[in-house]
Amino acid sequence: MKIVQTRRTSQIFFFTLFVWFCIVSTVGEKFWQIRGWPINWFLQLDPLVAIGTILTTKTLYRALLWALVTVCLTIILGRFFCSWVCPFGSLHHFVGYLGSREKTTAQKIQLNKYRKAQCIKYIILVFFLAMAAFPSIAVTLQTGLLDPIPLITRSFNLVLLPIVDRTVNVASAMGRFYERAWLILAIFFTAVFLNLLIPRFYCRFICPLGALFGILGRFAIWRIGKNKSECINCKLCEKYCEGGCEPSGNIRISECVLCFNCRDDCKDEIISYQTQISSPGEITDPDISRRAFVLSLASGILAVPAVRLGNKLGANWYHKAIRPPGALAEEEFLSRCLKCGQCMRVCPTNVIQPGGIDGGLENLWTPVLNNRIGSSGCQLNCTACGQVCPTSAIRPITLSEKLGTGEFAEVGPIRLGTAFVDRNRCLPWAMDKPCIVCQENCPLSPKAIYTEEIFNTVREGTLTVKKATEKKIETVEETLVLGRFSTGDYYCTSEGGEGLKIAANTKNLIELTPDKKNGKIPAEGSIIEVKVRLQRPLIDIEKCIGCGVCEHECPVSGKKAIRVSAEGETRNADSRLLLKS
Amino acid sequence: MSEDNEKKLDRRKFIARAGKAAISLAAAGTVAYLVYDSKGPGPSTGVEEIVTLPDFTVSPQAGQTISIVKGPDRVKTVDKAIGLLGGIERFVKPGETVAIKPNVAFASPPMLGATANPELVAEVVRLCYSRGGAKKVYVTDNPINDPASCFRLSGIGKAASEANAEVVMPKDNLFKHTTLSGGRLIKDWPIFYEPFKNIDKLIGIAPVKDHHRSGASMSMKNWYGLLGGRRNIFHQDINTIIAELAMMVRPTLVILDGTTVMMTNGPTGGSASDLKRANTLIASCDMVAADSYGCSLLGLAVADLPYLAKAEKAGAGTTNYETLKPKFATVS
Repeated sequence: MKIVQTRRTSQIFFFTLFVWFCIVSTVGEKFWQIRGWPINWFLQLDPLVAIGTILTTKTLYRALLWALVTVCLTIILGRFFCSWVCPFGSLHHFVGYLGSREKTTAQKIQLNKYRKAQCIKYIILVFFLAMAAFPSIAVTLQTGLLDPIPLITRSFNLVLLPIVDRTVNVASAMGRFYERAWLILAIFFTAVFLNLLIPRFYCRFICPLGALFGILGRFAIWRIGKNKSECINCKLCEKYCEGGCEPSGNIRISECVLCFNCRDDCKDEIISYQTQISSPGEITDPDISRRAFVLSLASGILAVPAVRLGNKLGANWYHKAIRPPGALAEEEFLSRCLKCGQCMRVCPTNVIQPGGIDGGLENLWTPVLNNRIGSSGCQLNCTACGQVCPTSAIRPITLSEKLGTGEFAEVGPIRLGTAFVDRNRCLPWAMDKPCIVCQENCPLSPKAIYTEEIFNTVREGTLTVKKATEKKIETVEETLVLGRFSTGDYYCTSEGGEGLKIAANTKNLIELTPDKKNGKIPAEGSIIEVKVRLQRPLIDIEKCIGCGVCEHECPVSGKKAIRVSAEGETRNADSRLLLKS
Repeated sequence: MSEDNEKKLDRRKFIARAGKAAISLAAAGTVAYLVYDSKGPGPSTGVEEIVTLPDFTVSPQAGQTISIVKGPDRVKTVDKAIGLLGGIERFVKPGETVAIKPNVAFASPPMLGATANPELVAEVVRLCYSRGGAKKVYVTDNPINDPASCFRLSGIGKAASEANAEVVMPKDNLFKHTTLSGGRLIKDWPIFYEPFKNIDKLIGIAPVKDHHRSGASMSMKNWYGLLGGRRNIFHQDINTIIAELAMMVRPTLVILDGTTVMMTNGPTGGSASDLKRANTLIASCDMVAADSYGCSLLGLAVADLPYLAKAEKAGAGTTNYETLKPKFATVS
């Protein structure tokens, strides 16, 4: 098998594996569901994830150690990852190939020439790493915005899979929804369609991971190069050059993605993968000027205070950013979250959503709970998000830690926020209609939502008695709406008498339920009042954990009448609501 | 198609071109004529297709309408309770398809009693197959919490599958609109219809639970699971909706499980301390009667639950279960 054939096989294999991991990120027990599949493996192989989090946290979390394998192989072999493993790279490779199929050889050679703009990716890399590297100023991990592995992970899981799955319902029974998916989709397709302009546009100009590999591969033991100087300079080696690395002249090692097309296309077999330096010479360093480097470093350092001008980590903190259970305190969280979307993908209730920029630029695509979407708030008996988080921005908590049971009884449960009843919208509070769906659905025992019982006189419910017996009261007014008081929630009170439950009514007749030892029969001509029995919901903020089931179920379906806000979340001591008792 | 500029347009080509233009004109005109709408849309008229759930009841047999069996083991009590009504053979004929609708409302483990007991569901499935000779048994519900999680955590999904029943999860396309004749609330409302469309028999299985709004959640309230859409608005008139559900759904049999009863913090529960052992299981062809007895397990009287009287008035059954001569038994 030719080496390019081997490369294609490898690309197909890893791409398929990647798609498979996306599909199996479904909670469940079948073989194609999550079980033990290493769904984060590509993210863990990604050294930009590892280096980014090392800079922000000074630690390398668990399986991110896999990145060491990639780093070591890159140091020895060069940028192999881009053309052999990277699923995003393979996609670009394929689309770029489709886009230039009709072009002439000369056009292809022209398309794949080296361009000065290929240094942009190094600028991006330096910029992002500078944002992560200087704790004395402030750090934030933003590599995930353009890092190809988090990018393709969120694009597949939060956009492509839900679209395709609408037709087959494999990855979820109900269909999945993601807010702001359009932006993820727009960026993904822009990146993919740019290949029609220049093959591997993203890899050559933008990819910060490719830039990192370019730097790491400088000392590669083996590299592509010419093995003798007799070259007819036909430039066919550049016809399918994926990296745009000029193998025909002084090859640029940092741009070479080891696609091996040049070796395959050279009719004279001058090009080989070798330890010696290419005969015309080679350029190992990335083509980035000192000025550009210093500028991007400085902008990166200053970008952190710039994006934090909104004071979102201070007094102006964003109360709608309700983070998943186990999420770290906001500043630590932002120094770890990749925006890869794995937590949003795995969440069985679909409540975890990609955040927007309302909470500051750093909030973009980070996980926030939107209780209006999904099948029912944050499920009490679930800790799936923390289990899949590749960087522990959401800690892998146990159920007892989440619920505050067992050894965590002392500390209490993890609170995501607190539910607030909007008394201007709530049916029993604002409109005298019985409801309490929120109380019913509160999953805690004892419930964090309790009710107060109140009897309110209804509008036009003050009536004059014409005739009354134990069972029936006839009124002077003939204006009652037929059956309106027959729901079992209405009572009738007369002066000095107890409330009598109404069974039914016509326009001038109220029928009472027979059960009660009703004391007084109202006298003729006396005034009676029809009252509705209401149970009004109240929140016990000592108990509420902010799971949002109440908000999800609230029948006031526009702007909900009970809403969770992040006050009281346990992860940020500053946002607490209660004094410690 | 390309035309060579160097050649003159001869007559033949002109006629061909004019012919194609004429066909295009005719096509455009025809399409416009066919779809022309001079009125525009009027006010919404609701969904055109309105479905009605079939009646799944079997012919009544005097003295074999309701049975109440005491005992701690649900497998034994349900066998006995159905046996007292004439055995599953009375309800399920060989070759029939059966749908079982347990209460799977919450993503909560079986020990908390917020959902139907999985062993009980599995036993009813087994009875349908082994003695009833059913061709196929479906187990289905449209839960409140995430459906997949509810079926998984409640243990009902696994128990039903192991007993060879097919678990049917709610999906958008399984809902159809219904209107209950004589109903006030269920009008042009989506219900979980498809799983029940082509079956022969329907069995409901519900635990006895405290319910703050309605007083108690039992076999009639269990049919709330069939409602789709934004069904929570019906809580404004909970008694009427439960009574209407009892009119809309005519099951073959209901099993009301009071082996453990959720006395407080219902209908979600959440703690074993919310439960009390009552060791009672009811099988009934009359769900109003079943619930009228069942409420006593919660310390409630029939008059405490207005929906019972409403359902009785609507002809769904009797609150005076003693007139049905319930069969009592105890199995240890």
